[in-house]
Amino acid sequence: MFTIDALGKACPLPVIETRKALKEHDAVTTVVDNKIATENLKKMADQLGYTYALTVDSPTHYTVIIAKTDAAPETTAAAAPAVPEATSEAYIVVINSPMMGVGDEKFSRNLLKTFIYTLTEQDVLPQRIIFYNGGVPLVTKTSESLEDLQKLAAAGVEIYACGACLNYYGLTDDVAVGEITNMFRIIEMMRTANRIVRP
Amino acid sequence: MEDMEQLVVCGGCNVKIGAGNLGRLLADLPRRQSPDLLVGYDSSDDAAVIQLRPDLALIQTVDFFPTMVTDPYLFGRIAATNALSDVYAMGGDVLAALNIVAFPEEKDFGILKEILRGGAETVQEAGALLSGGHSIHDRTVKYGLAVTGTVHPQAILRNDTCQLGDHLILTKPLGVSILTIGYSAGEISREGFEAAVKSMCTLNKYAMDIIRPYGVHSCTDVTGFGLCGHLHEMLHGAFSARVDARRLPYFEEAYAGVKNFILTAGGQRNRDYLQAQVAFGHDDFGLEEIVFDPQTSGGLLVAAGPEKVAALTQDLQRAGIPAADFGVITEKAEKEIYID
Repeated sequence: MFTIDALGKACPLPVIETRKALKEHDAVTTVVDNKIATENLKKMADQLGYTYALTVDSPTHYTVIIAKTDAAPETTAAAAPAVPEATSEAYIVVINSPMMGVGDEKFSRNLLKTFIYTLTEQDVLPQRIIFYNGGVPLVTKTSESLEDLQKLAAAGVEIYACGACLNYYGLTDDVAVGEITNMFRIIEMMRTANRIVRP
Repeated sequence: MEDMEQLVVCGGCNVKIGAGNLGRLLADLPRRQSPDLLVGYDSSDDAAVIQLRPDLALIQTVDFFPTMVTDPYLFGRIAATNALSDVYAMGGDVLAALNIVAFPEEKDFGILKEILRGGAETVQEAGALLSGGHSIHDRTVKYGLAVTGTVHPQAILRNDTCQLGDHLILTKPLGVSILTIGYSAGEISREGFEAAVKSMCTLNKYAMDIIRPYGVHSCTDVTGFGLCGHLHEMLHGAFSARVDARRLPYFEEAYAGVKNFILTAGGQRNRDYLQAQVAFGHDDFGLEEIVFDPQTSGGLLVAAGPEKVAALTQDLQRAGIPAADFGVITEKAEKEIYID
């Protein structure tokens, strides 16, 4: 889900930024550091007839999810079981190689396969997994991790692969899970992430 | 260079501590009673009034805040106009003012000079003496005035002495926080911002000079607590009020801004404090935000007898003051403020 980090920003900025994001996204998560801002976000959601959900993470950390009504059931139902929305537990995973760590190639490839499988077993799933460069073959139809990634996607984890990378390796037509994205979005997702986990 | 002379926008009356919190806090403080203290803080009025002689009382008030516009000269003018207003809201005349300044050590002193120039010109326009001041270094810029005024003890205009059937007059349009904050966020036009600045730089002296001879019952100035907050103080739990939304003066662009979700923190604080006592006759979100919008250097809110209201409003309008007769004081009802 699209996330706005509005920590340290005073009203009306969190509201205006959320409003703008809702023009392009069906659901937006906004993280703010004061209760008044959540109340202003609620007023906006009410005016627009959108759904509003608030999680109080701490007295200085609030997570608001505003969703367009018709998109809401789908989005929240899929995301609800295990994917946290930018709370303190939230994290994303970045995979930029077909191997986990540096060592024997075959062993390292297996290690990464096990890593992705074990991700599916976590109590808290990542919000999203981003693949770039040597990582992109993992989202294609011949990937040994395809089944695990599809399982994660079904549980609400967003999966993205770098479009330029797929193109370079001639894999664009083979993508079997997730969405193709660009450098702008990759940087945006990485810089707004609560935590980044790399295998 | 252009950038160096700009201020970062961070406040205005929008930063005022919420009325609910303030009331609880003040209730526990020790206080000395004196018959000479005609108006003290127990009445949450605009200024303190101390009787000196049977025919003379002293008005004291202080007001300062962080920057709400980027132009230092305009900030000085607005802050000073706002500080002087409390004396006019008591029905008084301004005698003298002292500067209060907080200014970062590393910042260009040329900026401070512009702020002080704005303040000094405003004090001069009011016909008062600028008699000194106090300045300290602080992380953020703040400016205001401590103001001394005078009033005849029989002519004090308190904020809680309205009478049943009085009409309510407001002398400036509402919505200046929405306009100034929205302008900083790039959501309000230059024209809208300039209209707000012009209003905030207009001394309430001109309105009070016209109001004074009419012998009105009650007066206050609408500032950080917004129209509803200051009307609430005027009603002081003894009355209710009916407000005719169609006659309420406000900036059209502020109303439009609400539709684009320029929702301020101060406005929401005011709403949190008062919304249980306010009944809206029809569904108009824009208007709701307008009546809770904190005002910086807002207009005078006057309760005047019904026989005087038409002539008074006309006199004010003739002097170029955008005054409007927008409501009436009623017997205490279930809710305090009814917006029709």
